[in-house]
Order: sequence, then structure tokens, then C-alpha cells
Amino acid sequence: MISARLTEHPLDLASLLASVGAADRGGIASFVGLVRDHHAGREVKRLEYSAYAPMAEAECAAIVTEAETKWPVRVALSHRIGTLEVGEAAVAVAVAAPHRGEAFEACRYVIEELKRRVPIWKREWYADGSADWVNPAAAGTGNPPEEVAIGSAGGRHG
Amino acid sequence: MTASVETVTVKVLLFASYADWIGRDTVELSLPAPATVADLIRQLRDELPQADRLPARPLTAINAVHATADSPLREGDEVALLPPLAGG
Repeated sequence: MISARLTEHPLDLASLLASVGAADRGGIASFVGLVRDHHAGREVKRLEYSAYAPMAEAECAAIVTEAETKWPVRVALSHRIGTLEVGEAAVAVAVAAPHRGEAFEACRYVIEELKRRVPIWKREWYADGSADWVNPAAAGTGNPPEEVAIGSAGGRHG
Repeated sequence: MTASVETVTVKVLLFASYADWIGRDTVELSLPAPATVADLIRQLRDELPQADRLPARPLTAINAVHATADSPLREGDEVALLPPLAGG
């Protein structure tokens, strides 16, 4: 079963929840990220998501494995790619655990790591017809988009 | 060039804003060996005038694994230059 994936189709939270549920897991925590109608004071009409797909899928799978190693949980994660209208779901995480504490903690871990490590980008289209790439770092701190320490930094390829 | 000059040839992948700035999404680059990610960024800026908008130390990956400026390059590597991540 695929527990982490990118898709061009609308996300189906119900099927994610069903995929992690089991008789010995008493709770499921979920997070759904939606396209918001404003950013930095501008009216947003739609978002266009793109990814470095092979790496994004590998990173998502690694994050799911990490969460399932740190907590006794089962995780499902989907991120949508393509053009999304306001109100549509861009990302969905479902985490089932024996007890709610583990489910909430692991769910938070998965979405935060996704934002930090997974190579996905979004372009905002505004009400006036213009568009711009979103830079979360610049929006908050004014920091230039420089290299940041990621995960197991120094991890080698090959 | 003489045959004695060792080079390493890599494929550079560009995404999102970086692809827009440079006007393409792949660039093949040959560097004197041994070479690192930092060497690649320097050479890219030298060869492509549009590349001067890139940060000096962009987020990078080699063969789909996060890398650093010091990471060494091998023949045939795919080196991705990753604009600020914005998933979720």
C-alpha cells in the first residue's frame, strides 16, 4: 500500500483515514492544508503547485517511515500538485495510533517535516492577474533564500 | 583541452523561480575535477549571466538527496537547485 504520494487529483481524506485505521488503533489525528484566499495582504485566486517529483516522493516516504519509527503509529500522506482553487486541499495527513497523544504528535511531525524538507513549490495567482513564487522564509524573516541545514545534513548520495 | 584534464560532467536541474530566471529547466555542465556543489554554482554564474540572481548557497540535492555546498560531484550526477521550499 502506498502511504506517501503526490497526486494531480483532488485529495480524499476519507480514504486516507480508512487506510490507517485498524482495530488496535484507538484514534486518528488528521491535518488538511487548504488554499487560502489571501497572502501578505493580497487577494489570492489560485495556487499552482509543482515538485521535483522523485525527490518529493522519496522525502515524503522517509518522513512517514521516521514517524512510524518514533511513535507506534500508521501514517498516510498525500500532497496535491497542479492548479488548485481557493478552498481546495493541497496536503492531507492521517495518523492512527493506539492513543491520541501519539497520533497528534506524529501528525504535527509529519506536516512540519514536509514543509521543511520536501521539494514542492507554489506560485500564487492574484486577483489582478499577476503571479509570484511563494517564499515562506522571506515572508516571515526577510532572510534570503540560502542553504539551510536539512535532516541528516551531509548525507551522501550513491 | 588536453586529454589529461580530468572533468566531471553533471546535469543541473532547475525548478520554479530558478527555472524562470534562467529560462530553462536543465543545464549540462562540465567542471574540472574534483568539483563540489559550490564549484558548480560558481561556474553556473560564470557561464550564464541570468544565473547571477541565484543565491550564493542555494538549497541543493544530488541524485534526489539533500546536499551541501561541500558535497563532491561525480560523473553523471543530477544536481538539483531548489528554490525556497513551499509545500503544504
